[in-house]
Amino acid sequence: MTRNRNMKIASVAAFLAIVFIAVPAAISASGRFDLYYTLTSVALLSIASAGVWLTFYIGRINIGQGAYALMGGYVSAILVMNYGWSFWLTLPVAGLFCAAASVLIGLPILRLRGVYFAMVTLVLTEVARLLALALPITNGAKGIVSIPLPGALSVFGLIIIPDFATLQNSRLAFYLLAVTLMVVCFGVMYRLVNSRIGKLCQSLQQNEELASSIGVNIAYLRIIAYAVSSFFGGVAGAIFAAISQSIYPSSFTVTDSVNFMLNCFLGGLGYVFGPMLGTLVLYFGWDLLFQTGQFQLLIYSGLMIVLMLVLPNGLLSLAASIRKKA
Amino acid sequence: MEQVIANGLYLGAQYALIALGLTLIFALMNVLNFAHGQMYVLGGFITYTVYGQLGLPFVMALLASGVTLAVIGALMEKFLFRTVIRRSHREESTMLLAAATAFFFDAVILLLFGEKQRGVPKIVKGVFNNAGIIMPYDRMVVGVLAIVFIAAFVLYMQYSRVGRAMRALAQDRVAAQLMGVRVDRYSMIGFAMGAMLAGVVGGLLVTITGVNSGIGGPISIKAFLMVMIGGAGVVGGAIAGGFILGMMESVGLTVLREYGDVTYLVIFAALMVFLSIRPNGLMGKPWG
Repeated sequence: MTRNRNMKIASVAAFLAIVFIAVPAAISASGRFDLYYTLTSVALLSIASAGVWLTFYIGRINIGQGAYALMGGYVSAILVMNYGWSFWLTLPVAGLFCAAASVLIGLPILRLRGVYFAMVTLVLTEVARLLALALPITNGAKGIVSIPLPGALSVFGLIIIPDFATLQNSRLAFYLLAVTLMVVCFGVMYRLVNSRIGKLCQSLQQNEELASSIGVNIAYLRIIAYAVSSFFGGVAGAIFAAISQSIYPSSFTVTDSVNFMLNCFLGGLGYVFGPMLGTLVLYFGWDLLFQTGQFQLLIYSGLMIVLMLVLPNGLLSLAASIRKKA
Repeated sequence: MEQVIANGLYLGAQYALIALGLTLIFALMNVLNFAHGQMYVLGGFITYTVYGQLGLPFVMALLASGVTLAVIGALMEKFLFRTVIRRSHREESTMLLAAATAFFFDAVILLLFGEKQRGVPKIVKGVFNNAGIIMPYDRMVVGVLAIVFIAAFVLYMQYSRVGRAMRALAQDRVAAQLMGVRVDRYSMIGFAMGAMLAGVVGGLLVTITGVNSGIGGPISIKAFLMVMIGGAGVVGGAIAGGFILGMMESVGLTVLREYGDVTYLVIFAALMVFLSIRPNGLMGKPWG
């Protein structure tokens, strides 16, 4: 037991060392500063995918994360641009706004199951896009552009985070921000899944009626899981808006929602860190295939089909089966 | 008003035919076929090539679309979906496969046919103009053909041996297997038929709206909507859903015209309210 625990602590420490020290060092050594942007995107997308994974955990297929990412992006952008809020304040507000919205939306639709829930959430993504086009405050198809970079954050006069605009390397700053949030997010997920609530959620995944009959408050659990999921989506969307300094109705579309779902599938639905690995592989795979030009999509989707045939339970199932054999 | 209803009926007939294929695949395999819209586009392009480019008769083009897609559907079931369903712990995994095949078709279509909007010569010339209804003859022909196909499909499912086997399969897979229905074989036939329907509608509609490589995704979403309205996996539901969506679109475009492009927003909102009251659609089986 203690050995297992030490192993866990060691692997977490190794992971932290890699993302916070090794990766920046390697990037500055090689001079490939564009990788910061790629890795930041991976970190943010994996946060959103983690949310989708959580809804998978309660046995729901969620293809609506794009809607919450878009919502979070707009909430943050509008608060910064129209009301002059600090970005750092809008970040939790965007998350909470999405969580609140998801409670309202989730109350009726979480009663649906299987493909019905999947399709309704898919429609939700479209609704969000159409709403962003139709509402006056979101400025229609023109979107909201030239959002200022995040300013300084100080507590009692002590500057915790410097103003991004004054930094020489705002890419590094965004990278560190995204990775920190990713670590926090997956820490929360890990804790949640291994807690009492996590076990209860697993019972929902297997049999809701049975869980309900032995006194699990399934409606409450579903809402909680969905709200946490949407919170992650909103936060990821808000940072994306800040990085690209713009947000449009087409910033997050059905394709993004589907991709969030695919990240979870690829990494493995049975593993908390599945979405992180899945996002990394899918995003980098897509980037690497850029050289193949017009065949990019063909090769990408072909590989995905092959992967699905060989490893239908996700990439991390490979590690599990090796461990079992050993 | 008559015009609106006529438009709605015409739209509904083609939508119902799209939804039928999707719901058939869902009923048999519990697979949500994300690639349905792409199959439609592929069917459209095949008809475009055979009828528009090679100049062969339209009927032959339609046949080519249907047969090609049926073969593709059968191969997909045999080599992709069957394998994944067997190996995977969770049956949702087929959704990743379906999404991947959708991307794959998108890529293939783009490579083979390019991104241009393609159209073909009209199959029938002239416009019907009587009793306040204006409708080109080719639309009427397509609408009638769609209804004929729907009727043929329903009769086939109801009275043929294959249709009976597939209905048994949809009702209870295990029980059907125990009764000696060859599950693998009929799953394959069902998948092929669903794909064929998508291809045939694509072929029919290329004569009116044309086709381009980007419309696959939106068509899939519309098909999902219709299936949800009617209830997933139910033939009658798909037909009802198709006509309801066609009618809503037609009415919405007329009534909501002055508010801008909000028809689909209203339809989506209405759908979500409807589904929260009736989670299984009009006639769906519970928790499909």
